Amino acid sequence: MPRLSAAQRHPVRFRLNGEAVEGIAEPRMLLADFIRHELGRTGTHVGCEHGVCGACTVSIDGTMARSCLTLAAQVEGCEVRTVEGLAPEPGRLSVLQAAFRRHHALQCGFCTAGILMSLDVYLRAHPAPTEPEIREVLSGHLCRCTGYAPIVRAAMDAAAELSLSTRQEDVRYV
Amino acid sequence: MKPAPFDYVQAETLDEALAVLAAEGSDARVIAGGQSLMPMLNMRLARPKVLIDVMRIGSLARVDDGGDRVVVGAGVRQAALLAWPRLAAKLPLIALALPWTGHAQTRSRGTICGSVAHADPSAEMPLCLIALDGEVHLRSARRRRVLPAGDYITGMMSTARDDDELIEAVAFRVRPGRGCGFREVARRHGDFAIAACAAIAHADGIRLAVAGVADRPELRDWPDLEGDALDDALNAFAYDLDARDDIHATARYRRDLVRQIGRDVIDEARRCRV
Repeated sequence: MPRLSAAQRHPVRFRLNGEAVEGIAEPRMLLADFIRHELGRTGTHVGCEHGVCGACTVSIDGTMARSCLTLAAQVEGCEVRTVEGLAPEPGRLSVLQAAFRRHHALQCGFCTAGILMSLDVYLRAHPAPTEPEIREVLSGHLCRCTGYAPIVRAAMDAAAELSLSTRQEDVRYV
Repeated sequence: MKPAPFDYVQAETLDEALAVLAAEGSDARVIAGGQSLMPMLNMRLARPKVLIDVMRIGSLARVDDGGDRVVVGAGVRQAALLAWPRLAAKLPLIALALPWTGHAQTRSRGTICGSVAHADPSAEMPLCLIALDGEVHLRSARRRRVLPAGDYITGMMSTARDDDELIEAVAFRVRPGRGCGFREVARRHGDFAIAACAAIAHADGIRLAVAGVADRPELRDWPDLEGDALDDALNAFAYDLDARDDIHATARYRRDLVRQIGRDVIDEARRCRV
């Protein structure tokens, strides 16, 4: 049973967007801060730091999770996905991201990374969502720009496009 | 908004976790899903010297269906119980209330037992555990004991847990044929309830349990009251809860919620009583 001392930094290893990553962290370091400051992936945003705003939402082992309510040490060996992992290749957006752009589902963009991760996880498991289901997923996020309506439209549009598409690549990149 | 420093122990077995808890006592806190404790750590409302992670203890991640009771281990996440195929048949009240517990983004990590351990006065799982005459299974290196949920929760975020104890599981009683209803009012779906009501209708009468108003979930049992008699009982209960004004709602509004949604959930419970 390892006991990680508060006074020291310890190695943390997991997979981030399919790639093995490693960094060092004090036991108290939040996953959000580890991803941003240790690994330098600043796409994940930090808002309220107590689980309310949803900006820091990432995927941990295929479920949506608050990276501000998770310690870096807790994801040792896990599969973590962040907004950087959504685009299939540089210069090309995922179906969901493209729908966000078409529908103007963002303005300042602060909440967007978290919302994209929640919807990405949700649409993988629920390819034919209803609008109330999408709104329920969005209840775990705060957006102060859009009023949510364009975000709902983008999510529904992305779901429709994904269900039409049989291309393996597009299914992989919700 | 960052936690104060702590040692972190990832226990592989329950005995390991209990040994650390026995040695550290009130300096240690147990973390499971972390969805209640992490905000407390981030805001430094809790400053343990040692955090004991119990999520890698396989034996705690079980839902045991014992016929007349369902025992939910400390490692069972809220999303996992919500996905349990027998939930609606065995524990219909939990099936109604769990979707109100936090958001999908926190239910994915948060545990049932963690929510009970935290004992937030507005939380759904402590409310349901009390409404269903549930039990809290406590474990320490010294002993094992079982407390009725009503004895376990002693006040706002305070419980009868000793410093060297952890919640090993909570047990919900299964009572076929009873109807139930659940509803809550919050500023945003998934936020802390301004008032939450759970009702149970059985052959001899009705029960109403309320969270978010008093400093712990409270319940009343009544015979099958109707009309004005029920209104009077609800009104008396609403005043007994000694609601306070706060930034979210006035005491008067909370009393009104108890009267209105209390009545709604009782009607709902009666409709599905067999």
